[in-house]
Amino acid sequence: MTDPIIKVVGLTKIFNHTVHAVDHISFEVNRGEIFGLLGPNGAGKSTTIGMLNTLLKPTEGTALIDGIDVTKNPSSVRKIIGVVPQEYTADEDLTGWENIMLIADFYGIPRDISRQRASELLEMVGLTEASKRNVETYSGGMRRRLELAMGLINKPRVLFLDEPTLGLDVQTRTAIWEHIRKLKSEYNMTILVTTHYLEEADEFCDRIAIIDKGKIIKADTPENLKRGVGGDIITIQITKDGKDVDLALKGIQGVTEIKNNSDGFITLKVVDGGAVAPEIIRALTQMNLNVTRLTLTRPTMDEVYMTYTGRNLREEQTTSEETFTMRRTMRKARS
Amino acid sequence: MEEEGINSGPLHGLWAVTNRELKKWYKEPFIFIISLVQPIIWIGLFGKAMNLGEIFSAGSLNIPGLDLPKQIIDSLSQEVLKSTFGTTNYFSFLAVGMLSFIVLFSAMSSGMTIVWDRRLGFLNKMLTTPLPRGNVIMGKVLSSVIKALVQAVIVLLIAVLLGLTFSAQFSVFSLAITFFALFLLAMGLSSLFIMLAIKSTRWETQMAIMNLLNLPLLFASNAFYPVKFMPYWLKPVVMVNPLTYANNVARAMLIGVTPTASVAFSVLYLVSFAAIFSFVGIFLSWKYISS
Ligand SMILES: Nc1ncnc2c1ncn2[C@@H]1O[C@H](COP(=O)(O)OP(=O)(O)OP(=O)(O)O)[C@@H](O)[C@H]1O
Ligand SMILES: [Mg+2]
Repeated sequence: MTDPIIKVVGLTKIFNHTVHAVDHISFEVNRGEIFGLLGPNGAGKSTTIGMLNTLLKPTEGTALIDGIDVTKNPSSVRKIIGVVPQEYTADEDLTGWENIMLIADFYGIPRDISRQRASELLEMVGLTEASKRNVETYSGGMRRRLELAMGLINKPRVLFLDEPTLGLDVQTRTAIWEHIRKLKSEYNMTILVTTHYLEEADEFCDRIAIIDKGKIIKADTPENLKRGVGGDIITIQITKDGKDVDLALKGIQGVTEIKNNSDGFITLKVVDGGAVAPEIIRALTQMNLNVTRLTLTRPTMDEVYMTYTGRNLREEQTTSEETFTMRRTMRKARS
Repeated sequence: MEEEGINSGPLHGLWAVTNRELKKWYKEPFIFIISLVQPIIWIGLFGKAMNLGEIFSAGSLNIPGLDLPKQIIDSLSQEVLKSTFGTTNYFSFLAVGMLSFIVLFSAMSSGMTIVWDRRLGFLNKMLTTPLPRGNVIMGKVLSSVIKALVQAVIVLLIAVLLGLTFSAQFSVFSLAITFFALFLLAMGLSSLFIMLAIKSTRWETQMAIMNLLNLPLLFASNAFYPVKFMPYWLKPVVMVNPLTYANNVARAMLIGVTPTASVAFSVLYLVSFAAIFSFVGIFLSWKYISS
């Protein structure tokens, strides 16, 4: 089952001899997997992608894409990868069609093939009509979808997506992810994606690597990551408070932590909440205590993220969206 | 997923890069027209309004006390013009000089496009594709050369309409030699300005470089004024300036001015200029284009 198409060992990038943007990271991505890189601003996500797509020369370490070394044979790597960078790269003075055909020419795809493929891709991302217009008239979502189509023109084996949904509204984000899923299921394409949105990583990635300050802190499936932060949380309310309640609860298998809240609620951290909850009720009923309320919550990626990076990603989302808007304004100011 | 027919030859994508630049140009006729305005204004201003030829005509030149006949003044001033500019028609002298001028200005702006490509991420996009590195630069040079030559053709046509008179020996052959010289000049200058821009991310820097170089390159050449009357300290500069040699060739070929350096030498000089700078440019782009 495991058939790594991306193999990264000790990959390091130091800018100007001082900035350790990526610091000895190692990971593998299996064929046909959607692999997410999750981390705060400046964590080194784009730098990692830059080294894998041959734009940046690693300071140290090796990376293989489908067995090809990115530093030893970059031109062979370029043929089999697709790249959708964090910035909008399409030429605004050209139409959507002209842009995608231009990229096709860079790949050396013969015209008869590229014409057909370009119209298929534009159809897929819903830009057939708009492709006759200059890109400067496109909305943010349209531009993202065009970038996606441009990144797919060579039918890449590995697709790199750097923040494909940043700054887009919820519908467009969902649409983009639907495309990504389709690429995985229909073409068995391997996709390495970075994102700021925790729900997206949780929902769409097969595995996630949490990266911070240039290091991979944890890499696993979303399920395992969530389980890893200490399991589920059960909150109960009981009629009477007994001294031995704590003791009784501690005796139940799967309970790892008990906290008495001042408002009369008891919060428990448990492993496998679904199985433990009935046990709690039974134990307390045996003690003639009535459980009036019980809630079971599963940990979210927020908690996972908090646990591993000590930060709350939600606060950072705003700043990165602001940066993005600023970049767009700058582009516009040019003309 | 490997498929047949993929072109991975060393020149693949070169025309795509070139045509991208040209498209921006012919899709936007306004920019194209604007870029032609400047040399035409210069032809008008220097060639017609401040016509040096007029100064020496019998109408304006008269020495009191010496009642010289018009005929003598006329032939005298013709002699002065002839010995200064190599032709009696200053307008023609200047108009031909404007050909290298338009080539210079056109080539200069080519460096700008690479700064924008870097800034807006298009360069990075190109570099993640199998497009050969050298073609990024070669395409820019090529498109810049094509633009420069098209503009030169138009400037020449306008000059003819305004009264440029060709020499008696003028033929298609002289036209071909002239444009070959302009081609070499455009090639070398474009490579030079793209080279200067290759590491730059700020268009302000590029603008500053352009402004620093354009007028000195223009005035320290024989575009407006012949070399032999220039001060001794300026002469060496003028004699290495490739514009001087392009003007030499164009003037000899189109209006029959005997050049200071022979046409053969001038063409040779331009060939070396173009070859050296385009090789260095492509070499540097290989080395420095990605970080
Ligand atoms: N060309 C460069 N020169 C110097 N430092 C750089 C360069 N590129 C990136 N860095 C630094 O490397 C670090 C990692 O940057 P990177 O762009 O990889 O982060 P990121 O995880 O993609 O962040 P974001 O979410 O904001 O896109 C940052 O501290 C950044 O300032
Ligand atoms: Mg980034």
